[in-house]
Amino acid sequence: MTEIRAVYTLWLREVKRYLRDRIRIVSSFVQPLLWLLIFGSGIGGALSALSNFLPPGVKYQQYIFPGIVGQTLLFTSMFMGISVIWDREFGFLKEIMVAPVSRISIFLGKMLGDCTDALIQGVIVLILGLLLGIRFDAFAFLEILPIMVLMTFGLVSVGLIIASFMENLESYGVIQSFVNLPLFFLSGALFPVRGPNVPNWLQTASNFNPLTYGVDALRTVILGSKAQPLYPLYYEVLVVVAFDIAMIVIGTLAFNRRK
Amino acid sequence: MNRTIETFDLTKKFGDLVAVDKLNIGVEQGEVFALLGPNGAGKTTTISMLCTILKTTSGTAKVNGYDIVKQATQVRKSIGIVFQDPSIDDRLTGRENLYMHANLYGVPTSEQKPRIESVLKLVELEDRADDILRTYSSGMRRRLEIARGLIHYPKILFLDEPTIGLDPQTREHIWTYIQELKKTHDITIVLTTHYMEEADKLSDRVAIIDYGKIVALDTPAKLKETLEGDVITIKTENPQKLASALTKMLAISKTRITDDSVEITVREGKKLLPKIVDLATEYGVDIESVSNREPTLEDVFIHYTGRAIRTEGSSELRGMSQIRRRAIK
Repeated sequence: MTEIRAVYTLWLREVKRYLRDRIRIVSSFVQPLLWLLIFGSGIGGALSALSNFLPPGVKYQQYIFPGIVGQTLLFTSMFMGISVIWDREFGFLKEIMVAPVSRISIFLGKMLGDCTDALIQGVIVLILGLLLGIRFDAFAFLEILPIMVLMTFGLVSVGLIIASFMENLESYGVIQSFVNLPLFFLSGALFPVRGPNVPNWLQTASNFNPLTYGVDALRTVILGSKAQPLYPLYYEVLVVVAFDIAMIVIGTLAFNRRK
Repeated sequence: MNRTIETFDLTKKFGDLVAVDKLNIGVEQGEVFALLGPNGAGKTTTISMLCTILKTTSGTAKVNGYDIVKQATQVRKSIGIVFQDPSIDDRLTGRENLYMHANLYGVPTSEQKPRIESVLKLVELEDRADDILRTYSSGMRRRLEIARGLIHYPKILFLDEPTIGLDPQTREHIWTYIQELKKTHDITIVLTTHYMEEADKLSDRVAIIDYGKIVALDTPAKLKETLEGDVITIKTENPQKLASALTKMLAISKTRITDDSVEITVREGKKLLPKIVDLATEYGVDIESVSNREPTLEDVFIHYTGRAIRTEGSSELRGMSQIRRRAIK
C-alpha cells in the first residue's frame, strides 16, 4: 500500500509539473501542426501524380497523421525521460532516492508520470488532426489510446535509461541526432518502409525499430478499412509490449545503480 | 549510553582518493553531534553512506540499530536528512512538497495534515506554504527542508551544512530551530559544518575530520581545554626574532609565525602580556599590537591539523564537489 501511494505521489508530481508549464503545452501544438499542414500538404501535393504508394483513397496528409502522432509520442517521451537529469541537477532526485520506497516504485512512478504527459501531448495532436479534417472512427479512438499508452511505456523508459548514463542535459542534441531522428525516419511515419523500391537496408533497419510497429498499429486503426498493415495488429501490439517489458526491466536496473 | 549510530571501519574510495578512511565513531541517543572539517574532508561522503544513498567501499555502520548495507530500507525509515544542496521541487508549492514527502514516507493520511501544519509553524512558513517554491528565498527553502525532514518523525536527523550560503541573520534563525528541535523532539541530530561557530554553539560533541579521518572527538569545551590555555597574537614587523626570544627567555616551545605576527598558546595569557612587551623592548623588536583571547574551535582545528580550515573556492574543493555530485546519482 505504501508502495502504491509512493507511485501515485511521484506520478502526481510529474503531471502537476507538466500542467503548470503552459508554454510547453502551447508549443506542443506547433511542431505537429507544421508537419501536417506544411509538410503534409506540400509533399502530398507534389506527389499527387505518382502517389501510388499510398493506399487507395488515402491522402498523404492522412497517411502521415499516425506517423506524426508517433513522432510526438517519441519526442515527448524521450524528452520527459531524459528530463530526470534536471531532478538530479537540482537535487530533487536525492530526496526521492533517500525515501524508504522500493526502487521499482520510484522508477514506475516517474515513468507513469512522464507517460501521462506524453499521452496528453499525443491526444492534443489527435484533436489537431480532427480540426485539420482528418477523420477516423469514434470507436477507433478506444483502440488508439491503449496503443499510445503502450508506446509511451517503452519510449519513456528508453529516455530514463539514457538519462542514467548522461552527466547533463547539454548533450541533448546528441540524443536528437542519434536516437530521435533515426527512430522517426526509420519508422514509416513519413513513407512506407516496405515495397519493391525501398532499399533492403532500410527495410531491415525498420524491422528493428520498435516505433515501426507502434506507428503501423496506429495507422491500421486510424485508417480503418483503407489501411494496408505491415503485420496483423495483434502481432504489432505484442512487439510493442515485449519492448516495453524489456525497457522497464533495464530501466529499473539502470536507474538504481548506486555508486 | 545508547548508541544510535555506530560506524565500523567505514571507508569510501573514489578511485585513488580515500574520501573516508576507516571511520569509527559512535553517536549517542539524543545528542547533537557535529562533524567539523574543511570542504572535502569527507563529511558529506560520510553522511551519504549513513543515509544509504552512497555505497560503502568497505566497513559498515549501524543506524538506529540497522545495518546501512543490508537494511537500507529500515535505515531510510529511521532518518530524516537535509542535504547540503537544495533538494526540493521548485515548481511545486511548499505544502505540496511536504505532502509529497509524507506520502513517500508512508505517514498515515489522517496524520498528514496536523503534522504538516505543525512543522510549518515550527519554521514559521505557514503564510507562504501555498506559494510556489521558486518565489522563496534560499533561507526559506532551507527552513522548508528542515520542516520536511521532520514530518515522518525520524529518530535521527542529518543536517549537511545546514546554514551554508545563508546570511548571518538566517543562520542565527536556523540555529534557534535546531536548538528548539532538540528540546521539543526526542531526536538525535548529526550535522556537518565547516563553520567553527556553528559546531561550537549547537553540538554536544564535535568530531574534527580531516582527509577522511577523525583527528579529535569531544565536547567543544574539552576540545578547547586540550589547547591548554589562551591564544596570544603579537603583531610585529620582526616575528622571527621575537619568536626566538620567546622560546629562549619564556620557554615557549610552540610558536606559530606568519608574515607579520607570532601566535602562542599559553595558560593564563593575560599575566604574560607585560612580560612579552618587556621582552620585545629588550630585544629591540617593535610591537604593533598584542591580543589575548580564549581559544576557539578554529584554534583546536589548527592544533590538530597544523593548518587553518581551507577557504572555499580553491580548485581542490571544486574537484571534491564534482566527485560528490557524481557520487549521489
